[in-house]
Amino acid sequence: MADSIASILDAMPLLLLGATVTLRLALASILLGLLGGSLLGIARLSQSRPLRWAARIYIEFFRGTPLIVQLFMIYFGVPAFAQSLGTELRLTPWTAAILSLSLNSSAYIAEIIRAGIQSIEMGQQEASESLGLSSVQTMQSVIFPQALRRMIPPLGNEFIVLLKDTSIVSVIGFQEMFMQGKLIVARTYQVFEIYLTIALLYLLMTLVLSYALGRVEGWLNPLSKNTSKGEHDRQRVAIAPKSTR
Amino acid sequence: MLTVGSDAAYAPFEIQGPSGFEGFDIDLFKAAGEAAGFEVKFQNMTFDALIPALQSGTIDAAISAMTITPERAKTVDFSRPYFRAGLAIAVQSDDETVKSLDDLKGKKIAVQIGTTGADAAAKVEGAKVVTFETAPLALQELSNKNADAVINDAPVTLDAIATGNIKGIKVVGELLTQEFYGIAFPKGSKNLALANQGITSLIEGGKYAGIYTKWFGEEPPKLPETAP
Repeated sequence: MADSIASILDAMPLLLLGATVTLRLALASILLGLLGGSLLGIARLSQSRPLRWAARIYIEFFRGTPLIVQLFMIYFGVPAFAQSLGTELRLTPWTAAILSLSLNSSAYIAEIIRAGIQSIEMGQQEASESLGLSSVQTMQSVIFPQALRRMIPPLGNEFIVLLKDTSIVSVIGFQEMFMQGKLIVARTYQVFEIYLTIALLYLLMTLVLSYALGRVEGWLNPLSKNTSKGEHDRQRVAIAPKSTR
Repeated sequence: MLTVGSDAAYAPFEIQGPSGFEGFDIDLFKAAGEAAGFEVKFQNMTFDALIPALQSGTIDAAISAMTITPERAKTVDFSRPYFRAGLAIAVQSDDETVKSLDDLKGKKIAVQIGTTGADAAAKVEGAKVVTFETAPLALQELSNKNADAVINDAPVTLDAIATGNIKGIKVVGELLTQEFYGIAFPKGSKNLALANQGITSLIEGGKYAGIYTKWFGEEPPKLPETAP
């Protein structure tokens, strides 16, 4: 027991170093994935048929193939292919890791964005139109604020999955937390202690993330606010049944 | 029936062919089993997982071109040496600057996790080491020009070049070290004596030379009875 604790303490500095790499990787991929996913999600709802189809094909491909295969294709395959064409293309592990994680997550995020926007009833759009709002105004102040609230829980899921999926990039020699652990195990053979510590470190990260997302969800909920605007919303909800009569 | 772990991405020692496991190690262990009266069933796993799997009893033995080292011998028991090998440095074909381990200072070296090549790379001053699950991935990294060198077992690197599977690389310092491969068993395993008996009878009966020639096209070197 004392031995186990000593070996965990020995491994801690390297594991924590790996944890910072994991966090940076996850953060960069979440931000890029969110950006790419939003653009793709909007493209999915576009009036233009070719744009809709292009987004659809992208999403089906990246959602329908395993992340690890995409990563191997990007990191090992693409440079080897470029070489066979006589050109040179080098990707650093950072570039390849962020690229594949964000390309993959944008496909999932795009569907969350699309579904969120489409979940708002047609009637709201018609009402906005009849009030004389433009389609941009309708999206900005009526549809999107409500859609965003519905997107938060699935987006949170996606962020947590993405954070855990960063461990997959260890296969390209990227020294994030899981790889640091594997290197320690290859040296010390302390399998149980090291992998348990890693599991707990991932859990800690996902718990913090899930707590933060819970806060955002509460913060976006108009009913949970004690401001005058919140009061107003509550009244509006309270009188809603009457007004529909 | 012994369940034997092997990292089957290590030609010509162990690879997965259309009909299952093939390679020098595979033929040797099967023949040793026939000689000593036991059967083997191979199971693929990554190299770094072999010793933990022996520790946990998931597998009964591991044959995977594993060098007998004092560090590993603290955790597992090794059979008598069954192959003489050594590390080699591979670099890009047009690289004339690297001749020995000393020339790798400050360079980027690709290695396979948990191997003696990885240990050697870790000792090179100022070198940046990138670690992969399998040897072919480390060699691909070099071929893709993402690394300056690979330190790995010489027979494997030479085989990858000879078969034309990895392009644009060459071997410089061949057999930098002298290493002996052994079959690894859990500490105190009863199967160790049987395997030793099998290997000895193969060497003495000439079958060992036959398997060696089949995979390496040359006569085997003389093997010591214990690793030095």
